[in-house]
Amino acid sequence: MNFNATLIGQSITFIFFVWFCMKYVWPPIMNALESRKKLIADGLAAGDRGKHELELAAKKASESMREAKVQAADVIAQAEKRAAQIVEEAKMAAKEEGDRQLAAAQANIEQEANRARESLREQVAALAVAGAEKILRREVNAQTHADLLGQLKAEL
Amino acid sequence: MGARAAYSSKTHLLNLITMATEYASSGEYIKHHLQNLTYGQLPDGTWGFAHGAAEAKAMGFWAINVDSMFFSIGLGVLFLFLFRMAAKRVTTGVPSGLQNFVEWITEFIDTSVRGSFSFQNPLVAPLAMTIFLWVFLMNLMDLIPVDWLPFVGALVGIPHLKVVPSVDPNVTFGLALSVFALVLYYSFKIKGPGGFFAELAFQPFPKWMFPVNLLLEGVGLIAKPISLSLRLFGNMYAGEMIFILIALMFGGSWVLGLFGGMLQWAWAVFHILIITLQAFIFMTLTIVYLDMAHSEHH
Repeated sequence: MNFNATLIGQSITFIFFVWFCMKYVWPPIMNALESRKKLIADGLAAGDRGKHELELAAKKASESMREAKVQAADVIAQAEKRAAQIVEEAKMAAKEEGDRQLAAAQANIEQEANRARESLREQVAALAVAGAEKILRREVNAQTHADLLGQLKAEL
Repeated sequence: MGARAAYSSKTHLLNLITMATEYASSGEYIKHHLQNLTYGQLPDGTWGFAHGAAEAKAMGFWAINVDSMFFSIGLGVLFLFLFRMAAKRVTTGVPSGLQNFVEWITEFIDTSVRGSFSFQNPLVAPLAMTIFLWVFLMNLMDLIPVDWLPFVGALVGIPHLKVVPSVDPNVTFGLALSVFALVLYYSFKIKGPGGFFAELAFQPFPKWMFPVNLLLEGVGLIAKPISLSLRLFGNMYAGEMIFILIALMFGGSWVLGLFGGMLQWAWAVFHILIITLQAFIFMTLTIVYLDMAHSEHH
């Protein structure tokens, strides 16, 4: 073992290496490790939060589902009621319309009958007058007996 | 110099290979493998590479082990380059390939630091990372078969090449003394000179026995860098020595060579554990020593 200036050279080299490592190697790697640690921790926390939120959302969803079901049942019941009502109303309206049309038809028929009767009466009257005229042509002056003829006509 | 021309001549090159591959004795082989490529002032006053241990020793303190410096700096640059590349491209998203590997090591070191160091200091974790990876890579050179790189070195004219920097005590002591300097710095900074002295002098025995305390604690303090560096050096030196001894078998009969190959494989597998463990121990003890330097009460 003979010592020489290599000792000093080694010490200087060592100091330089340590300085370089301390300045350019250790900090960037450690920073990356630290920030990755933080990233992972954040990710895990976010995952937990997400899970919690998912649970809440599921609860909320089932709640709104139940509400929706209730509402739907309500709506259906109301619709059924309304449908029955509409049918009822339509029935009523149809009946009324039928009645009205029946009445109108009846009135019409009556009118027609009246009209026919009137015209018949006139024709009968005219026939009677014509018959009477023929019979009475010789004895009865149409002019003098106009009153009587009119009266007869009205009575017929 | 005429050496340059001589190097290019074929005969000299062949001589070098012969010199590097065939040894007079196994003792010479081992010695050759444990010799650093030392650059310093030669006995004749010129500067150059030492040939042999005696010449390297004669150079005194102002010489440098070029192979240790080359491999340690190369490995450190490799580590920092890879990690810097990963750090530049780092994303908080899904990490891929290199980033994944780098993050794995960073987290491992961060956990170790958090486990042993209970104060706030931005220096400690990067320091631990540098020590762990650098020492690990330097130890890893041990797994390269002992003759490969020295043989290539001999081909290009390098007489000695010790490829495992942590087998050079200069390297381990350089690391340990730097750590020790940090320990002293933080001891003075956190506790103040008075507090640091009190820690050394007024325990574990009562205050009036402070010379005994000072002796005990002083030895304990000095033991820190010495044990830190010698533990790593000793382990790696022993491991390398066993690799060299196994490599000696390849020079014998083919049966011995086959047996040596199996032994080398087994020792290399076991050594993977040792080199990782040594790097980890060096790092952990550094963290613990720095934690002790920061804490007010012993």
